[in-house]
Amino acid sequence: MARELSRREFIKISSLGLGALSLGGGLWRALANEFSASTEEAIALTGFSEGLLQRTPTVCEICFWQCAGWVHTIDGKPWKIIGNENDPNSNGRLCPRGTGGLGAYLDNDRLKTPLIRTEVRGKQTFREATWEEALDYVAQKMKKIAEKHGPDCIALFTHGSGGVFFKHLLRAFGSNNIAAPSYAQCRGPREEAYLLTYGEGIGSPERTDIRDTKCLVLIGSHLGENMHNGQVQEFADAVANGATVITVDPRYSVAASKSKYWLPIRPGTDLALLLAWIHVIIEEELYDKDFVQKYTYGFDQLKAKVKKYTPEWAYPITTIKPDVIRKTAREMAWHKPATLIHPGRHVTWYGDDTQRVRAGAILNALLGNWGRRGGFYYPNKAEVPKYPYPPYPRFKWSWREAFADKYPLANLALANGICEATIPSASRDCSFKGWIVYGTNLMLTLPQPQKTIEAIQNLELLVAIDLMPAEITGWADVVLPECSYLERYDDLRILPGREPTIALRAPAFEPRFNSKPGWWIARELGLRLGLEKYFPWKNIEEYLETRLKAIGLSLKELKEKGVVKLPDRHPIYLDEGMEIEFDTPTGKIELYSTILESYGFDPIPKYTHHEEPPEGYYRLLYGRAPTHTFGRTTNNPLLTETMDENEVWVHTKVAKLHGIENGQYVVLVNQDGVRSNKIRAKVTERIRHDCVYMVHGFGHRDKRLKKAFLKGADDNALITRVHVDPIMGGTGMRVNFVTIEPADSAA
Amino acid sequence: MPRYAMVVDTQRCVGCADCVVACKTENNVPDGFCRDWIVQDVTGVFPDLQMEIRSERCNHCENAPCVRSCPTGASYIEEGGIVLVDHDKCTGCKACIAACPYDARYVHPDGYVDKCTFCIHRVKEGLEPACVEVCPTQCLHFGDLADPNSEVSQLLKTRHYHTLIPEAGTEPKIFFLT
Repeated sequence: MARELSRREFIKISSLGLGALSLGGGLWRALANEFSASTEEAIALTGFSEGLLQRTPTVCEICFWQCAGWVHTIDGKPWKIIGNENDPNSNGRLCPRGTGGLGAYLDNDRLKTPLIRTEVRGKQTFREATWEEALDYVAQKMKKIAEKHGPDCIALFTHGSGGVFFKHLLRAFGSNNIAAPSYAQCRGPREEAYLLTYGEGIGSPERTDIRDTKCLVLIGSHLGENMHNGQVQEFADAVANGATVITVDPRYSVAASKSKYWLPIRPGTDLALLLAWIHVIIEEELYDKDFVQKYTYGFDQLKAKVKKYTPEWAYPITTIKPDVIRKTAREMAWHKPATLIHPGRHVTWYGDDTQRVRAGAILNALLGNWGRRGGFYYPNKAEVPKYPYPPYPRFKWSWREAFADKYPLANLALANGICEATIPSASRDCSFKGWIVYGTNLMLTLPQPQKTIEAIQNLELLVAIDLMPAEITGWADVVLPECSYLERYDDLRILPGREPTIALRAPAFEPRFNSKPGWWIARELGLRLGLEKYFPWKNIEEYLETRLKAIGLSLKELKEKGVVKLPDRHPIYLDEGMEIEFDTPTGKIELYSTILESYGFDPIPKYTHHEEPPEGYYRLLYGRAPTHTFGRTTNNPLLTETMDENEVWVHTKVAKLHGIENGQYVVLVNQDGVRSNKIRAKVTERIRHDCVYMVHGFGHRDKRLKKAFLKGADDNALITRVHVDPIMGGTGMRVNFVTIEPADSAA
Repeated sequence: MPRYAMVVDTQRCVGCADCVVACKTENNVPDGFCRDWIVQDVTGVFPDLQMEIRSERCNHCENAPCVRSCPTGASYIEEGGIVLVDHDKCTGCKACIAACPYDARYVHPDGYVDKCTFCIHRVKEGLEPACVEVCPTQCLHFGDLADPNSEVSQLLKTRHYHTLIPEAGTEPKIFFLT
């Protein structure tokens, strides 16, 4: 199929044609085997033919946008998942991952039964255990650690809906050391930067009014490849409505291809561009004067500070020409206040991330878009009382004490901080002795995997609760198999949005194998730890019914509707000239941050230079693919069909220099000599010459993941160094350099 | 008589492949195959690049070479202009695969040739094809060209578009808005 076209790429994101392999059977056959029905029978069920059609409400767990949908079954067997028409996150249309969610249920590589680490003839291995035995084992170890070191020495890492029950368990047990890598390894700097500036964070789903924006500025945000559903839907609407898109990215991303301006910036210099934009907006008096005067603090200091940041100054740093900087700044100002500098999501890049994101926040304030159509809206969120639990015991020790004067503005726990505080040190009186890891594959998530492994060696207990045999489960003492989101209830989905909504996830199927829902696992552990009073509900239906009753709803009604919109709401835009007090020390939007000043940080962002890759090396960039979420979907039998390995993007000239051809397997070697698994080179004009790019989440090293095992390369393994944000402890990860070698043909 | 067609808005399409996954679950497409796919068509040199992203599938040609080349009559044009394969008549000889300029067909592991059906089982029920229904960017439009007021007719009247390999003379019925 691939035709030879000069300087032209022709890529099929599918396995049709190009070396397509029949793996003999497809989804239905896999199923047919599973349920011992014949393929013919199963095939006859497709389409709207005979059979009892049923639908069950669900909330997708494949990514964290949490779209609501309907699981369709025929005679109790899975058929498809489609979006819930009343759901604001999906508008009735799921993304490819949600559509492929059945693959999470169908995956035969799933964890099947509890496992306990044991030693057989000097070799460590897992033995299968009953739930009773595994839970007793965990509870006993937890008690022992609590007696010896205190309950605070057990930490929880969590990501995903079921985590709420484990957080509750841990707090009831006496530890508040709970971390999610989504903070210090992802969007933490963004939340802190907006808190410092506006007194409010951005949240998820983002409060960005992309639907109605006239000018969208993306700083490295690759919407469309990053497939957060509602956001991408709004992006497509904005493009179709003729909005100006300005994309700043060293790579010609999908978003760049939809943009009026693509600014292929030198990686690591975004802050210089942002400061130059602020300079132009101020010097040419293009800012929203009324807004700035009424709502902001520190304009004069800002003006003085950015005077030197001219487009001519930024040009040699960013490689973006001064006239392009001016033109794009003017275009932003032209559309104000319906101009939106997107705050980003994964923003832990270079270690000065809070300051970079703050520069965007300042630019947004100058354009007066806060609370305005096409800018940032004021989200509504359903108010549902929490389950009436007794108060938690007092927490004695926090991870924060391990970092005396560091990261003063970290509002949430640092996952990497807990990891670091697990490694014993003379300067700390307590180190973590137990980890409970729920739904997050720390080996692919935390940078500097060598440190994670060192920390693990010091643990007395490591429990992994997961759906798949992710790499972290291979390090655990006890592995507890959770059932997929399609086989369980979870807590209510209550997320911010334009309208307040509640959504329900109900089980469409019985749990496969010997897996159990997270809420059940947490409760059973609680009972074994003597925490009965914290688990007064017998099952989750009782828990949900209690919460729903408090707002006059019932589980039955929610099961019928899937999503309920609540009437209580406030306007999402501010009225012109309205009096507002922002939740900052000055009550204003702080262009000049008094909080940063009080902690001795730059109150106005200052450009800092980042090290450039040495000759022959390239900055390692990473991102997302629309059909995958981190490493958690790369074994999903439906989603691997669209993409079963990642590629490293290499500019044509760089490839020539290293003797690399398109499609050839290569190995990346980083500055510390760490070698990647082999990965195919995508030789392309779509990336700058000073960096390479790959999609995150591939290169799994756990054999039990049969489809994903050694497919592609793991970017995280190459992230052996980080630059830590001194303000909030985020780990800047785009500071690693790699060189490229052809893979050994025998490899 | 209706003339079914699909219009793909390449301005909206982000190439997420939801159409591919939805088709696979809706139609039980076997592992390793798909009836629709994504193409990223890139032209130019850094930094002056253009890219058209397309969701592609069988073109349901008015002048279908697959139908003409089929020795058993398994490939045929159904009412509404939908090109279909009668699995019982198909011997899997692959003459149609050789004739199709769009590489839209594959041999099903069960021995017959398979391809996009425009989800005729859904269309008969008054529903849209699964790919159209699911598309998060709403870049896919399905409808009747014979009806001048249909969405697809209107889109083709008001927007620029192209078809794939028009020089093959197949008169394809998948249109790409630019």
